[in-house]
Amino acid sequence: MNQKEKKCLVIGVIGADVHAVGNKILYHAFTEAGFDVVNLGVMVSQEEYIAAAIEADADAIVISSLYGQGELDCRGMREKCEEAGLHNIPLLVGGNIVIGKQKFEDVEQRFKAMGFDRAFPPGTAPETTIEALHELLDKE
Amino acid sequence: MKPVLLIDFGSTYTKLTAVDLDAPALLGTAAAYTTVETDINDGLTLGLQRLEEVTGKLDYAGRYACSSAAGGLRMMACGLVPELTGEAARMASLGAGAKVIGLYAYQLTDEDLEEIRAAAPDIFLLVGGTDGGNTANILHNARQLASIAPDFPIIVAGNRTAAAGCAKALAGYEVYVCENVMPKFGVVNIAPTQRKIREIFLQRIVQAKGLQAAAQQMDGEMMPTPAAVLRSLELLSQGWEEEPGIGELVAVDVGGATTDIYSMADGMPETMNTVYKGLPEPFAKRTVEGDIGMRYSIRGIVEEAGAKKLAQLSGLTVERVEQLVDEFSANPDTVPEPGSDGAALDKALASMAVRIGVRRHAGTMEETYTMMGKTFVQEGKNLTQIKNIVVTGGSLIHSEETDDIAGYALYSPEDPGSLRPREARVLVDRRYILAAMGLLSVTQPQAALQIMKKELK
Repeated sequence: MNQKEKKCLVIGVIGADVHAVGNKILYHAFTEAGFDVVNLGVMVSQEEYIAAAIEADADAIVISSLYGQGELDCRGMREKCEEAGLHNIPLLVGGNIVIGKQKFEDVEQRFKAMGFDRAFPPGTAPETTIEALHELLDKE
Repeated sequence: MKPVLLIDFGSTYTKLTAVDLDAPALLGTAAAYTTVETDINDGLTLGLQRLEEVTGKLDYAGRYACSSAAGGLRMMACGLVPELTGEAARMASLGAGAKVIGLYAYQLTDEDLEEIRAAAPDIFLLVGGTDGGNTANILHNARQLASIAPDFPIIVAGNRTAAAGCAKALAGYEVYVCENVMPKFGVVNIAPTQRKIREIFLQRIVQAKGLQAAAQQMDGEMMPTPAAVLRSLELLSQGWEEEPGIGELVAVDVGGATTDIYSMADGMPETMNTVYKGLPEPFAKRTVEGDIGMRYSIRGIVEEAGAKKLAQLSGLTVERVEQLVDEFSANPDTVPEPGSDGAALDKALASMAVRIGVRRHAGTMEETYTMMGKTFVQEGKNLTQIKNIVVTGGSLIHSEETDDIAGYALYSPEDPGSLRPREARVLVDRRYILAAMGLLSVTQPQAALQIMKKELK
């Protein structure tokens, strides 16, 4: 069996964030949807996503953040991916990625400016992310 | 009485141990210079004569040997990401009893190849990529290795998708394909590679190193000495059938050129609020500090511990320490008189070698505050609860202050994040039998275990 027939995702919860439940749900939802998933769990650093994506030749990195510090934690991620040779790898982020009442359009704009392909607001269903992943990956 | 002879062809000394399987008990030990340059059997014959003076004439029912002569098993390896497949390659090599003389990551450069060619390793281990993961890197490296027409065996144990491609790139050279050392992210699978390393050691390296003449007289297969030590420690820790082991342990061996540290321990997080990071480590773990040793690598100890610290520990002045370090370094055979400045420095050096070696071997714990409260991040093994420290190696077992020196393996408030044992008893391998018991354990695990429990005090 050639495992590469499946698209490979690297997922995890970034920063000093220990919210483990949503991460497990995403792992099961993505696996169920036919992806090969490398789950790094909680408290993941940018370097860990990148190292895993290199070894597993991942097709996309999906970052969760639930404690409001996501913007800080994600800063420089795109640049580091480029530096590590992961050219244009799709980067997706979701959860409670910022603190306070902010218009999500603004938040999304900021994450796109940081090089993220997609940013999802709180309460996004896994199906929405899966759909976005297909949009990003199936065109290849 | 049923005597068995166990031989360790070391880099300097050939060490012989005679045991009686019926008792079971140690009958005697002896040593002679290793004579691998001329005929390995010369040293063995002399050692046997010396042993006979101790034990009387014996009719051996079996002879088993291990070897670290002629440089030991020298390996080089290359992975993809250093912390991932690079680390798995290191674990596989060290656990098979090899010396890792070069470890590379990502794409091998022309400079790397020059180094590899000059070093001419006994085995090269090429890995990289999870199964179905990255193929480009390992294929590139296989082609790079082929370009230097390697006259050493290469084990390919990376992404299975790339295995055939690598074998093709290296066609015409000695190449072996093994299961991936990291088939899935975070899953380490080093046993198949270690079996292959052992096979190659037997078939090729024993001969290449002039050990064949001795190997032919042996009953079992010859193995690398560190592999024998790993076996004995695992047996000592785990026990055998009805005979219980002593439980989890840490072992230290401070030599002239390197410091070897072993741990037989699970070491996984003890509490729920601890997050584990990095690759899972094997129960039987071995690390080798190539820059930490009493003579050839004395500078590494001074560099890391500092001359000031060595002066403080030995009661000498910094100037005197530096002077002696120069002397020891220039004359590695120096054995200082008891009570001399040199002896005081040796104790300080051994203490620091133990501390540095165990600190590098043990895992770390970092405390962080999250929105959910205090959380701990653990990397590597947690050895804090280990109650046994086994001490072996000439510089330690011949010291009268072995316990003091071994104490430096323990937790110290200077580095609170280092997960070293908090409180442990010290067991000293005074008669230097660990490698021999590892050899004996292949056929007689119970006897080997009983002898170790009796002899290590």
